[in-house]
Amino acid sequence: MKFPKWIILVLAAAVAAYIYISGQSDKDMAEVEGDKTKVGFVYVGPVGDFGWSYEHDQGRQAVEAEFGDKVETMFVESVPEGADSERVMTQMALDGADLIFTTSFGYMDPTINVAKKFPNVKFEHATGYKQADNVSTYSARFYEGRSVIGHIAGHMTESNTIGYIASFPIPEVIRGINSAYIAAKAVNPDVKMKIVWVYTWFDPGKEADAATALIEQGADIIMQHTDSPAAMTIAEEKGILAFGQASDMKQFGPNARLSSIIDDWAPYYIARTKAVMDGTWESTATWDGIKEGMVAIGDFSDKIPADVQASATALKEALSAGTTHSFTGPLNKQDGTPWLAAGETATDFGDDGLAGMNFYVEGVEGDVPQ
Amino acid sequence: MDISIVSLVATLIVAATPILLAATGELIVEKAGVLNLGVEGMMIIGAICGFIAAVNTSSPLMGFVAAAAAGAALSFLFAILTQYLLANQVASGLALTLFGLGLAALLGHSYAGIKPPSSPKMEWGGLADLPVVGPILFNHDLMVYFSILLVIAVWVFLKFTRGGLILRAVGENHDAAHALGYKVVRIRVLAIMFGGACAGLGGAYLSLIRVPQWTEGMTAGAGWIALAIVVFASWKPWRLILGAYLFGGVTILQLNLQANGVDIPVSYLSMAPYLVTIIVLVIMSADRARASLNAPASLGKIFNASH
Repeated sequence: MKFPKWIILVLAAAVAAYIYISGQSDKDMAEVEGDKTKVGFVYVGPVGDFGWSYEHDQGRQAVEAEFGDKVETMFVESVPEGADSERVMTQMALDGADLIFTTSFGYMDPTINVAKKFPNVKFEHATGYKQADNVSTYSARFYEGRSVIGHIAGHMTESNTIGYIASFPIPEVIRGINSAYIAAKAVNPDVKMKIVWVYTWFDPGKEADAATALIEQGADIIMQHTDSPAAMTIAEEKGILAFGQASDMKQFGPNARLSSIIDDWAPYYIARTKAVMDGTWESTATWDGIKEGMVAIGDFSDKIPADVQASATALKEALSAGTTHSFTGPLNKQDGTPWLAAGETATDFGDDGLAGMNFYVEGVEGDVPQ
Repeated sequence: MDISIVSLVATLIVAATPILLAATGELIVEKAGVLNLGVEGMMIIGAICGFIAAVNTSSPLMGFVAAAAAGAALSFLFAILTQYLLANQVASGLALTLFGLGLAALLGHSYAGIKPPSSPKMEWGGLADLPVVGPILFNHDLMVYFSILLVIAVWVFLKFTRGGLILRAVGENHDAAHALGYKVVRIRVLAIMFGGACAGLGGAYLSLIRVPQWTEGMTAGAGWIALAIVVFASWKPWRLILGAYLFGGVTILQLNLQANGVDIPVSYLSMAPYLVTIIVLVIMSADRARASLNAPASLGKIFNASH
């Protein structure tokens, strides 16, 4: 066998350096390890997606900032939804996590499965609906934010066509489409919404292609329910308008961005970590909106006329105060059957409730993919 | 229905070019008898290094040069592991992907939200003004033409040159090639680095032209599709173009059909390209007539010169 000696030398040096460095950091760790509370986070995309997973990681960092030495956090990013996520959660539980946040809809059943195996570990699943003794659910009323940006979009569109990049046909996404459409329609009866399903949370290339396809079809405002700022970049490039999703995304579209829906998970993560530390943690179902601050609306762009800024702010405040609901009757389902009577507001749960929404409201074109 | 064929073709080509570039490189690697599963890692390194170079020099061309160099450099790591240290190629390739994704995230930390310089379109004089044909054939950026020229060059190299013959000999039977006096390891290292450079270019196409931005993990599986397309093409350069454009085409077409409000079974169309690849793979691995399907006989086998 022959290969250059220098390669062996370089590799040997690298290995030695690695062993030394990792030994050092292990030592550092051992010195400060006490009875820390360990909190794990499972992300569906990379922490640098500048959208969904980015905001969850901001929440994780807030937990670290709040509790300092008393807490140790860990996270795994880009975990596929489904069986592989069970492996990641199991590993976290085995590594001594006291509390694990699983931050995508597709982790629902895996979370329940792993939670059964580790009854002493607390789990928190985002955007799902299955609870257990040691599994809480939490989500934000993103649809309230969608009402505000739908309102703005209805005013701002000149082609009367809003393009919507949707991810998976789950209630949360369908709710967002309906909510944005209702608000846009309320201020612009001619508005149409073109919807493209990309079947991914994070794939910048595909999200960009979807944005391009929607612009080809006449959309002059893009909304998205995917995680990367790719669509914002395309909107900026093509000179149309868009909204930041999950995160502000201003730097990706300084001219294109009208406003944004920003998720703020930090207060919730801090509160739940505190509950585990105090031993007061209980299985709960949290669904907070603009009022609690879990959903925030980003700054308005100067492109939005003052009167629209005022009415959008008023809508935001009314949603926050509870005097307005995103889904207020009279509203029919897409096929024309009545859903909500005049003045009636949608319930969270139960038949035709928001939590399980699987239909478009009247006026939205196309079918919900089955 | 109101879909413009012209704009459809334009976006299709943009979607297909990254995977075509990466697949062309991997074809040469595999023809030399090496299976490098690290395409995804080399692509993302190309994406970020190309992005950094293009932003700092304001020259897309420098971006692509840097991307090719970075992809080749990363693949050299794989070459050391598999050709000199005789490590398992599958494991090394997977490790390369993980390493590349992590390193790219680290390098790109301060590059989010920056706009890269835009790449100029190729000048064809008046040809671009021709109706229909003009926008379809003569209205793309340089890299699109480069990617097709590269496929032609690879085809000519493999089929008509002595160097191509030697490369194929190494891939078909490394012991025989070694006995004839060819430097098996050196040839393979060069092939691996060519593959890395091409994957780097593919990645840079993604971050400089297709999306124009840097986002962590933005290749989102494109490297795996490139690997699948090499198999789909049964190691024939021309079929790479078919495979890549078919894949890009189905994706773009279904997005456009949806935007147009055509009622189509989206989930099935989304999975169609993957299904076709799996079917080709199943057919290939099902019978012993693999040779007829062009797989290099020494693919993935470790070469250990015994003399």
